[in-house]
Amino acid sequence: MEDLLKMTARYTTTAIVLHWLIALLIFVLFPLGLYMHGLKLSPAKLHLYSYHKWAGITVLLLAILRLAWRTTHRPPALLMPRWQQTASSAVHALLYLLIMAVPLSGWLMSSAKGVQTVWFGVLPLPDLLDKDKALGLLLGVVHETLNYTLLALVIIHIAAALKHRFIDKDDVLARMLPGKRS
Amino acid sequence: MNLLKKIIALALLLSPFLASATEYNQLQQAQSTLTFGYKQMGVPMEGKFGQFAAQLSFDPAKLAGARAHIDVALASIDTGSQDANESIAGKLWFNTRLYPLGSFVSTGIKALGGNRYQITGKLTLKGQTREVSAPVTFKTDGNQGSFDGSFNIKRLDYGIGIGEWTDLDTVADDVQIRFHFTVLAAPASPLSNPLPRKKP
Repeated sequence: MEDLLKMTARYTTTAIVLHWLIALLIFVLFPLGLYMHGLKLSPAKLHLYSYHKWAGITVLLLAILRLAWRTTHRPPALLMPRWQQTASSAVHALLYLLIMAVPLSGWLMSSAKGVQTVWFGVLPLPDLLDKDKALGLLLGVVHETLNYTLLALVIIHIAAALKHRFIDKDDVLARMLPGKRS
Repeated sequence: MNLLKKIIALALLLSPFLASATEYNQLQQAQSTLTFGYKQMGVPMEGKFGQFAAQLSFDPAKLAGARAHIDVALASIDTGSQDANESIAGKLWFNTRLYPLGSFVSTGIKALGGNRYQITGKLTLKGQTREVSAPVTFKTDGNQGSFDGSFNIKRLDYGIGIGEWTDLDTVADDVQIRFHFTVLAAPASPLSNPLPRKKP
């Protein structure tokens, strides 16, 4: 019984791997997006845009896998005040939404701008929209806004995890950390 | 060639109002397109030229006299990408200040049978001239004719996209040029403006 409790006190390995892979990609993609946007047209810029799009579609794919896993695997219970549980659920729901909405908005923007996304230069993804300059610019703003919203939520998410680790000194963060089950 | 003759004979039977020697020579720019396709980071891109002029004379019955001279205002290019449109006129690409026009001058046209022809000529871009050849389909509808065809060039043959752009991983060397020219026949006599009729 004690073992079972300990087992369920952590996320599954699959959930942990998906969480950190997506986190890593977002931490690369966000500054890359900001940097490449300001570059003068060059082969380097076109390469960076392609890498950004490939990695972004990868995030979308991992996010879908993660959502599918999440709906079939209950996460470990949270032992914390009611308001914290509510806040946590809300932030997690928005994070799930955004890790899909952000790459999707990028994909839509690419379609509207008339530059198809060819995943890793190999797999052409269908263009979801016809080429439309005004729509492309609008989707650029949408992509940017969703990204800054994601940034704000990620900051809240990290701050809350660190607060549990270093102020409450509970094992909320440990549930998602790689390593041996303790 | 026999087939061609039969088709011409058939066309003549079907269009008694059409003058027997119809020369198509007036380019209708609004109904014509000059587009191209290329690959950028493995992604197929589409572009077009907005301004071009052509001196054409084409009579299917007198191929030996057929000729085409097409001039393209290279600065009228739309590459399909806003970023690229801003730098395409520069020295590394078209250098339009020095070479504002691209041109094609035909050197020969031969019949391939049916309504298909092979046109050969000299393409000059950025001061470089190369021979190109394209299959063309010619269709008529009354006194209006249309030419459709495409051919491939290698952009580096013409020094288009040099310097850092010589790296072909980013923008591929192969560029497919596609044309659709709508041409009216010269109104040689009132009879050459046919009444509405059935398409063959």
